[in-house]
Amino acid sequence: MLISLRHSSGQRHVIRRLPHCEPLEYGYNTMITVHINGSSHSIDVDPKTPLLWVIRDYIGLTGTKFGCGIAQCGACTVHLDGSPVRSCVLPVQVAAGKEITTIEGLGNNHDGLHPVQQAWIEEQVPQCGYCQSGQIMAAAALLKDKPLPTDADIDSAMAGIICRCGTYPRIRKGIKRAAHAINALEVEAGPDG
Amino acid sequence: MRWKSKRGPMGKWSRRAFITSGIAAGGVVVFGVAIRRGNRTDKVRSLIAGANDALFDIWLKISPDNSVTVIVPHAEMGQGVHTTLAMMLADELDADWSKVSILEAPSHKEFANYALAKGYAAGNVDFPAWLIDTVDGFFFRATQVMGLQITGGSTSVKTTGQFAMRVTGAAARAVLLEAAAEKWQVPVNQLSTRDSMISHHASNLTATFASFAVAAARIRLPAKPVLKRSDQLRIMGTSPPRTDIPAKVDGSAMFGIDASLPGMKYAAIRAAPVFGGAVASYDAASVQDMPGVRKVINLDDAVAVVADGYWQARQALDRLHVEFDDAGNSRWEQSGIYRQFADDLDKSAAAGSEEIDVEAGDAATGLRDASTVVTAEYRVPYLAHSPMEPMNCTAWVHDDQCELWLGTQNPLGFARDVSNALDIDLEKVTVHNQYLGGGFGRRAFSDIAVQAARVAADVHYPVKLVWSREEDTRHDHYRQASISRFRGGLDASGNAVAWHNHYVNKHDPEEAPHIPYAIDNQRIVYTESSTHVPWGFWRSVDHSLHAFFTESFIDEMAVAAGRDPYEYRRELLADQPRFLAVLDLAASKAGWGQPLAKNSGRGISIHRSFGTIVAEVVDVEVIAGELSVKRVVCAVDAGFAVHPDGMAAQMESGIAYGMTAALYGEISIRHGAVAQSNFHDYPMLRMDKAPLVETHIINSGEALGGAGEPGTPPIAPALTNAIYDATGLRIRELPVRLHDLGQTDHRESDIA
Repeated sequence: MLISLRHSSGQRHVIRRLPHCEPLEYGYNTMITVHINGSSHSIDVDPKTPLLWVIRDYIGLTGTKFGCGIAQCGACTVHLDGSPVRSCVLPVQVAAGKEITTIEGLGNNHDGLHPVQQAWIEEQVPQCGYCQSGQIMAAAALLKDKPLPTDADIDSAMAGIICRCGTYPRIRKGIKRAAHAINALEVEAGPDG
Repeated sequence: MRWKSKRGPMGKWSRRAFITSGIAAGGVVVFGVAIRRGNRTDKVRSLIAGANDALFDIWLKISPDNSVTVIVPHAEMGQGVHTTLAMMLADELDADWSKVSILEAPSHKEFANYALAKGYAAGNVDFPAWLIDTVDGFFFRATQVMGLQITGGSTSVKTTGQFAMRVTGAAARAVLLEAAAEKWQVPVNQLSTRDSMISHHASNLTATFASFAVAAARIRLPAKPVLKRSDQLRIMGTSPPRTDIPAKVDGSAMFGIDASLPGMKYAAIRAAPVFGGAVASYDAASVQDMPGVRKVINLDDAVAVVADGYWQARQALDRLHVEFDDAGNSRWEQSGIYRQFADDLDKSAAAGSEEIDVEAGDAATGLRDASTVVTAEYRVPYLAHSPMEPMNCTAWVHDDQCELWLGTQNPLGFARDVSNALDIDLEKVTVHNQYLGGGFGRRAFSDIAVQAARVAADVHYPVKLVWSREEDTRHDHYRQASISRFRGGLDASGNAVAWHNHYVNKHDPEEAPHIPYAIDNQRIVYTESSTHVPWGFWRSVDHSLHAFFTESFIDEMAVAAGRDPYEYRRELLADQPRFLAVLDLAASKAGWGQPLAKNSGRGISIHRSFGTIVAEVVDVEVIAGELSVKRVVCAVDAGFAVHPDGMAAQMESGIAYGMTAALYGEISIRHGAVAQSNFHDYPMLRMDKAPLVETHIINSGEALGGAGEPGTPPIAPALTNAIYDATGLRIRELPVRLHDLGQTDHRESDIA
């Protein structure tokens, strides 16, 4: 929990140039097929369109949120072949043919909710809720990698997702609760479960 | 003490409302409050015009299956207001909480055209002057007592909850009992209620609320039902799970940005970067042939591109070259703004032309006779709100009507502004309120709705307008920058004898710069120093800066007196038992007085806002200039915590919001425009820097206070007081990141 307080004087108001989009090609003539939450969709779209807008505006899954557009806030986090990615800067053509999971597809078919989602309810994590899809997708990916994450693991996996309501202490508790639930399930199911 | 106010007295609202009931289709019985027909004032007439078929506001429905539905008139933006308000009604009713469902006041004809305003007016409350302003068509003043459908000012629970929800629940319970007594032919005082059932123990009779509801609806409701004593409460004071949370973990919660209508197109927008500027020229033809582009629309101070997809609209807008004029405002620089503030303070002090907040005793004499005079000047920058959901609004203009889908803290005000912008009747505007992806005061401003409505008026299909984060950062309504100067007098024993405070730019609430401390000689004054930067309500409004000023300066006085900052406050609060209890609780839970590790520091602060007193103690560690915020202990007295876990969540949230601003928050003006643009240069608190927060609640039984905002004001001074304790560096300008904490002990230079 270190906060850097050093600043180089005279550099306080530097505006970084935002990554500028390359000019659009006129006319697409390209059908792109994306696999989302187990379904396939063929879409006529500019291949450079960020995955976020394909998910939201073309496929109509609105649980994945737009927050900043420059991979700073993580509200748009989805899983691409199981790994968390920022869909607001990921061109859809990169995601074509890969398995995309959004918040709507995170739960399983048996009891509906992923253990992270369940823990989020039990810890009463969300406030406004806008960032929570991104938080949950990041937390689920963390737990797949590290079933018993340390506080430092949580810090590094979750620092990319901004919450303006300040639910961080509850997110931390929620991750730990979900970790216990997942590990308890695995113990129950045995080593191959 | 003389409290001079520039405000007029609050208008007294005489009782023109009554509680009523009715039977709706399917045997559903409804209870609520209504304005008495034929007894409307001119002020209220426009509120209820067109709602003649809605006799009453429905706050409560009892269905034949004995389920209870509570209708909540406030927007849910994460504060848990739906759950908390429903709890208040259900408790008075003695409803079975597991069978209570909650509905946000829908865009149903029963609720259309602000019928809800009538219900708000039912309580024995002073009708706030700002509300009359709203009705008259002026901009609402959110920081005074709020209610209605406006959500903000930390008041949903203390106004709507106390005066509408509880009253309706208690009145409905009273007539249900009366109906049961009639049917069973037993005295009403022998009946009891629990979990949506009525029992008569002597005869072993028990039946559901629903079985009496139809009969009850025909009984005249008591005008002033008796509310429960605190020891009779069963639901209030507990923490049932919030009802909005399940939809917020599976992606199904619908925010404004998630609205979708058949045939809808998307719009991106770029406004004149310099406030006050306007569109000078652009070449629409340069983007007209881009894929999906439908139209380029000039909104005078902004240009919008409408396209089939949002990304297409953004691409075209990026390519579109727009020339803006700057209305002469590009001369403004942040340094010049601060210089103007300082000059205006100097000039008005010299001329004696300050506006007076508080004049008590004789501060000038107090300072002259003081043994020690402490002086300090503080400053804070502009702040943006940056809710996670960027500003957006979906608008559809059809059949001479305008429908809007968005999250708003003020649907009434938005509808009025849109009706003015489109020059259509207010009744022709419908606001479909959605979940708010953060409000913090930002979603009380209708600019986005007016833009979307104007774009939609120019096309024949629904349009979803979404701001980029850059637009959101650069076209906010900002918490004001300010400078505040202090002189404090100490007598030979170090006791505080004089307090002189002079600051620039007052907004709301007017008591924000007041101090609770027993200092005989006080003069608190201000000077207006206007800039071109638009101002807005920012979580806790003026409290957000004044708590930093006053709670830093009292700390400086304690240091000058050679006293412990906590003990010093205690002595000055000796005749304020509520403050003292909150301060003591925070200090004891934090372990005040226990030795700290090397390189560590502890700071304390206390502030009352929106009727709630909050004290916070912050522990920090500073090693080689690197600050780590270890722990925040918070004590809060809001009178009574209706939902204690929700209260704790609001404290955690208010602290994170205030800490973000204290550590990082800085919006600065360069060439008349906002220099920052997105989270890389307007950074936010993140998981790896977020401290542990412990909240301790006092239920004092005093009048209910707010929860959403009061956690924010004390955090900045508690933090900077802790940094002083750790390093000796007194931070008088926020944000903290501007300062080099690497130089150790500055303590000696701090006493003037």
